[in-house]
Amino acid sequence: MNAVAARKPDAPGIVIDVEGLTKSFGGRTVVKNVTMQVRRGLIYGFLGPNGSGKTTTIRMLTGLLTPDSGHGTCLGYDILTQSTEIKRHVGYMTQRFSLYTDLSIRENLEFVARVHGMPDPRGATQDAIARLGLENRASQLAGELSGGWKQRLALGACILPSPKLLLLDEPTAGVDPQARREFWDEIHHLAHEGVTVLVSTHYMDEAERCHEIAYIAYGELLTRGTVEEVVAQSGLTTYTVTGGDLTALADELQKKPGVDQVAPFGVELHVSGRDRKRLDAAIAPYRAKNTKAWRQSEPTLEDVFIELMSRSRDNFG
Amino acid sequence: MTGSLSRIAAVFIKEVTQLRRDRLTFAMMVLIPVMQLLLFGYAINTDPRKLPTAVVDLDGSQFSRSFLSAMQETGYFEMDRQPRSEKELDDLFLAGKVQFGVQIPPNFGRDIMRGENPALLVIADATDPSASGNAIAALQQLPARVFTRDLQGAGHIRDGAKPPFELRLHRRYNPTGETSFNIVPGLMGTILTLTMLLFTGLSVTREVERGTMETLLSLPIRPVEIMLGKIAPYVVVGAIQMTIILSAGFLLFGVPLAGSLPLLLVLTTLFICANLAVGYTFSTIATSQLQAMQMSFFFFLPSMLLSGFMFPFRGMPEWAQWIGEVLPLTHFLRIIRGIMLKGAGFGDLATEIAAVAAFTLVAMTIAVMRFRQTLD
Ligand SMILES: Nc1ncnc2c1ncn2[C@@H]1O[C@H](COP(=O)(O)OP(=O)(O)O)[C@@H](O)[C@H]1O
Ligand SMILES: [Mg+2]
Repeated sequence: MNAVAARKPDAPGIVIDVEGLTKSFGGRTVVKNVTMQVRRGLIYGFLGPNGSGKTTTIRMLTGLLTPDSGHGTCLGYDILTQSTEIKRHVGYMTQRFSLYTDLSIRENLEFVARVHGMPDPRGATQDAIARLGLENRASQLAGELSGGWKQRLALGACILPSPKLLLLDEPTAGVDPQARREFWDEIHHLAHEGVTVLVSTHYMDEAERCHEIAYIAYGELLTRGTVEEVVAQSGLTTYTVTGGDLTALADELQKKPGVDQVAPFGVELHVSGRDRKRLDAAIAPYRAKNTKAWRQSEPTLEDVFIELMSRSRDNFG
Repeated sequence: MTGSLSRIAAVFIKEVTQLRRDRLTFAMMVLIPVMQLLLFGYAINTDPRKLPTAVVDLDGSQFSRSFLSAMQETGYFEMDRQPRSEKELDDLFLAGKVQFGVQIPPNFGRDIMRGENPALLVIADATDPSASGNAIAALQQLPARVFTRDLQGAGHIRDGAKPPFELRLHRRYNPTGETSFNIVPGLMGTILTLTMLLFTGLSVTREVERGTMETLLSLPIRPVEIMLGKIAPYVVVGAIQMTIILSAGFLLFGVPLAGSLPLLLVLTTLFICANLAVGYTFSTIATSQLQAMQMSFFFFLPSMLLSGFMFPFRGMPEWAQWIGEVLPLTHFLRIIRGIMLKGAGFGDLATEIAAVAAFTLVAMTIAVMRFRQTLD
């Protein structure tokens, strides 16, 4: 009940600070030694393919799962012992819609407001409905809403008690582009108001909308930092090839030593390698033919992630 | 504390709203008690007539004949057998061929004329008391009025209102002769056990199966608050069922109420809480709704069989009695029968009340401890 007394002094401006989080299910380790720090007011992207351990990590941050090992704090509250406090101050949006489908939007929000002991649950609900533009649907059952509206309702329920930290688990999965855009706008507004947002996603393009990102694959946090930092850290050299039939070229290059990754992007082909010298040597004969345009380019985040993933698969496969 | 109340209220309001939407459950709440009551109630209340009756008339006088025809006129007795000896009569009873036996002693008529108040023996097979209850009631009316005509003009030998003969009733096999009134209050107990178990038995597993548990667990609310918020609406539902059953008991079946109605209502509410707590406990232990259902039935069956509802409690073997003592229905049956039929008060029932209360507390404690606060 004494909300403030139990708080540990945390590093200034660090909202999530966890170290060595590990979790296994039935003998299979799905999150390995994850260490993560998130600064106040940031939009922190938590990227990774399906099944990489994003949801499991987020659940450990909220206290919904107990880590096998590791420790840390969320908003300064210990994730192992103070989950009640965390629940009071953190808004968690689950990956799967988990509000009550047989309650209306208004009833769901009022329920959340009451559980949080808000002084005026009806008033607070009305404000949230207005903020999210749900006025016309307030009496509709949550189960009858489309994906985009459900997601909006879920976000509304999360931000209703004005949390300082939002943990959003794949909030935009299965939502149309228009709704996705609006959702991100809303997240930026919240960040602007000082809310820290950790948002998981498997859409690469959403990484660009985050201040910082972390990438997880096979339960391991492979890289973190700003997008620029992540790209720079990768040590990847990438050439962009255009012109003519690229499919045959791609097939050939794939087998060459020194070429770690070949990925078609529309009319372009991205050819990347970890070792610049070996890559240059591998592609030299093709460049000499002069049938296509070659130019060195920045690797995209996707190049980086695919590279990180294949490297980690090599280590663990 | 106020925070806690507001959280309990939050769950309460949510549950009521969901309940209102769930037409099937809602219908079940009203229909189950009505249906069961009518089915069971009328099954017991079938007022069987023309019960097979054996007559051993050792008198053969005008009096014995008019007694027998008066018996016939009640409609309850079919006097189609005339065994020649007591042995033959006993055999008929053992074989279940007759429900009643009438023995009219020699010189019955003469003794009446002399005002000697002779005794007439009626033997009843009381294995199934509800089957013979009404017949016996009708029979017991007879002594006072059956010979009024035969004895006209012989008033001088009659003193006051004393009947001219004594009707000795001998209940075989079930000497206490439990009546159907015993069963209607019992029905209230079993119906409430069944419906309350079913309602809360699903409440936690439903959240798990629909995936809403993750939201619930991520909210700042304690297991005990969730439990109280989820149980509370069904206490109201239980109270409604109780009203339906009691009204039907009074209006349709004419069950008496010897004791205090408020006491009965309060204690029935306690019993409702006990069953809701068991159901909720199952629901925290079960991993699926199906499993919760199975557990509920596993609890319901012994409640039916070993509580004294189906079979007289004292007739059960000792081990069965011990199991019975653990079940809240056993104690509730003693409470409700005590209040309705014997006019028992709070003091008389203190042990039973304590047993139901203790059971409720233990069940709730287990439920709160078993409630999984994480998704591990
Ligand atoms: N409760 C659980 N029991 C067993 N395995 C689980 C459980 N939760 C997650 N997993 C497994 O752990 C892995 C990581 O899952 P998850 O954290 O949901 O990944 P993501 O959210 O990145 O898609 C998956 O292979 C998944 O099957
Ligand atoms: Mg996930």
